[in-house]
Amino acid sequence: MKSHFVTSLRMALVTLVITGLAYPLAVTGLARLFMPVRAGGSIVTRDGVAVGSLLVGQGFAQAGNLQPRPSAAGAGYDATASGGSNLGPTSRKLRERVTADMARLRDANPGAPGPVPVELVTASGSGLDPHLGPAAALWQVPRIAAARGWPPATVEGVIRSRIEGRTLGFLGEPRVNVLLVNLELDKLELDNLQPDRLQAAGQSSRMR
Amino acid sequence: MTWNGWLQILFTGALVLAMTRPLGAFLHQVLEGRRHVLSRPLGWLERLVYRQGRVDRREQDWRGYAGALLVFSAVTLVVTFAIQRLQHVLPFNPQHLGPVGAASAFNTAASFTTNTNWQGYAGEATMSYLTQMAGLAWHNFISAAAGLGVAMALARGLTRDGRDGRIGNFWEDLTRATVYVLLPLSLVVALVFVSQGVIQNLAPYRDVTTLEGARQVLPMGPVASQEAIKQLGTNGGGFFNANAAHPFENPNPFTNLLSMLMIFAIPAGMTHVFGRLAGDRRQGWALFAAMAILFAAGVAVTYRAESIDNPAASVPGVAAGAGNLEGKEVRFGIANSALYATMTTDASCGAVNAMHDSFQPLGGLALLFNMQLGEVVFGGVGAGLYGILVMALLSVFIAGLMVGRTPEYLGKKVETREMKLAMLYVLVFPLSILAFAAWAAVSPHGLVTLGNAGPHGLSEILYAYTSAAANNGSAFAGLGANTGWYNVTLGLVMLAGRFLMMLPVLAIAGSLAAKKPVPPGPGTLPTGGALFALLLVGILVIVGALTFFPALGLGPVVEQCLAQAGKVF
Repeated sequence: MKSHFVTSLRMALVTLVITGLAYPLAVTGLARLFMPVRAGGSIVTRDGVAVGSLLVGQGFAQAGNLQPRPSAAGAGYDATASGGSNLGPTSRKLRERVTADMARLRDANPGAPGPVPVELVTASGSGLDPHLGPAAALWQVPRIAAARGWPPATVEGVIRSRIEGRTLGFLGEPRVNVLLVNLELDKLELDNLQPDRLQAAGQSSRMR
Repeated sequence: MTWNGWLQILFTGALVLAMTRPLGAFLHQVLEGRRHVLSRPLGWLERLVYRQGRVDRREQDWRGYAGALLVFSAVTLVVTFAIQRLQHVLPFNPQHLGPVGAASAFNTAASFTTNTNWQGYAGEATMSYLTQMAGLAWHNFISAAAGLGVAMALARGLTRDGRDGRIGNFWEDLTRATVYVLLPLSLVVALVFVSQGVIQNLAPYRDVTTLEGARQVLPMGPVASQEAIKQLGTNGGGFFNANAAHPFENPNPFTNLLSMLMIFAIPAGMTHVFGRLAGDRRQGWALFAAMAILFAAGVAVTYRAESIDNPAASVPGVAAGAGNLEGKEVRFGIANSALYATMTTDASCGAVNAMHDSFQPLGGLALLFNMQLGEVVFGGVGAGLYGILVMALLSVFIAGLMVGRTPEYLGKKVETREMKLAMLYVLVFPLSILAFAAWAAVSPHGLVTLGNAGPHGLSEILYAYTSAAANNGSAFAGLGANTGWYNVTLGLVMLAGRFLMMLPVLAIAGSLAAKKPVPPGPGTLPTGGALFALLLVGILVIVGALTFFPALGLGPVVEQCLAQAGKVF
């Protein structure tokens, strides 16, 4: 046993240095050298200022923005508190939350076609889901168009241009990145800046 | 269910099948100390470890092997406990996180030492980068390597010509598995992960102002390096609280596929290693077939259950027919979430890309039963092979009773001693699960942090102790398990589920290794074919069902009936 103990101590130290320090630090070094943007969190910037990560969802509540799924991460899209609701299929809390969200969405989207897509009333596993399925995104077109004073076809065009298909045509699900769509909507707004549009934008206080 | 969903499931299964033989051949060469492609480029590292560790490389009998394993595990458990308690004064802590609480630190140290990787803590708010790398990722390597060693010891005991009862050298198995298999594969996979967006840095968390002007703090850290070994070693402990549902851990369907392949790679390959050791590869494929049948059944049940709308989320005004999306990510959808959940509970991985607590009652039941089969459906790295070999011994014994012949497996007579030890192995598992779950279900300590009421609450408790004893580590995470009581009881169950099961395995290995093989006779049950694979499936299901059906009946089965009646709690 004594010899086991000495060997164990030494082997613990050796394996710790190799697999617990050398390995992760080597990966960090290589990642930083060759893939600094991805290793650093795929940060998205606008006018040189970081506005979020391409991969991590963020909250959007304004009518003129594409709105993401409900989030159970902290108070919503809190990236320091990732997680799901963990409410089960016989949970009263879940049913109440879904009912309330459904009513809120119906009120906010009077022009929306058909019933509320399930994604918009269910929280994701991470609470940081950056995506929506195409149907759940397109469902919001009438509200976004009305809030921005645009023809719906323009908003729909932006969303459709941002649909990512399945990987290799069959892996995963088709989806749109909510942050990218909203960046694109804002960019379009600035590009086509007309006096009446500017005023509308100022009123909705989205210009910073 | 969609055709595309089934296509993804079949594709993943086909890739696992395709990997089994080449990876198994490589594992066999490495673990038996033969020459292989990495002998030359990495041989120096293996020799360096032996030299620095002052390792005695003579073969050990089972007592020597078990002694080395236990002492090494105890030492590494204490080291990881200490790193957590001292992380505030150690480097690589840019967020200035304080020391981890004593009960949580014990739970986590036990969890990672036993290859469970149950997370009672939320990584991004608790663990410094040093703790993640040197305390946790380190264990991902060595606990997986130790599991491989025990599997090799039992396989050697079964397949060697009986002489001296020696079953290999623990230090050699540990070192070879780490240096030639886990380390190089992890390095490659980690870099592929980074190329897909999995983060890898040592920077402080990043403050950003969102488009709508809110503040968002993006956590950072050395994630890719940990993610790779977490899957490959069937560890499953996530860097973040949301585990592989977190977009920084698992950003797209390709990383998801790669993760699932890594989870099954080594456990599947080990069946082929066994076939090669036995000198008859059909012996390995029979085990593979039994595992594949149970895997297919599990994924079919779970995929079907999750394709149905969540009863609690089905209120008038919400679109029907999209399936249960609560707790699931859009990029993975129903099929990949159900597949991942099945694989992670089959193999004792425990990584999750969707929240199991929000699965349908029957979906959750399938996940529970996958674990309650004893983590032998491919199972943990090493643990899957030694688990199914014990069940194979049980199967030949039962078949022997039926026809009235002395049972033998690969020419080794299975006698009283082996069967006593096998029964010990089989009984420790349900005893730890059911006794502790029953205690929690009647104790205020167990009930106060339940996340769901009604029968689902019982499922949460049952899942926690099943996951701990099976060394899985996934959770019905609505249960608040970061309390002193849960941290200690779950920690003890994890230790029992690992070491009280490894010891009988090593004892069987030693006992079999000392036996001379007898040539097969007319009464020998052939163990390399479809008949034996089916027998093995039958024994596994019967043992699992007889043991756990009453508990499952009170949890998920009752919940299914009530959910269909539209009841909520």
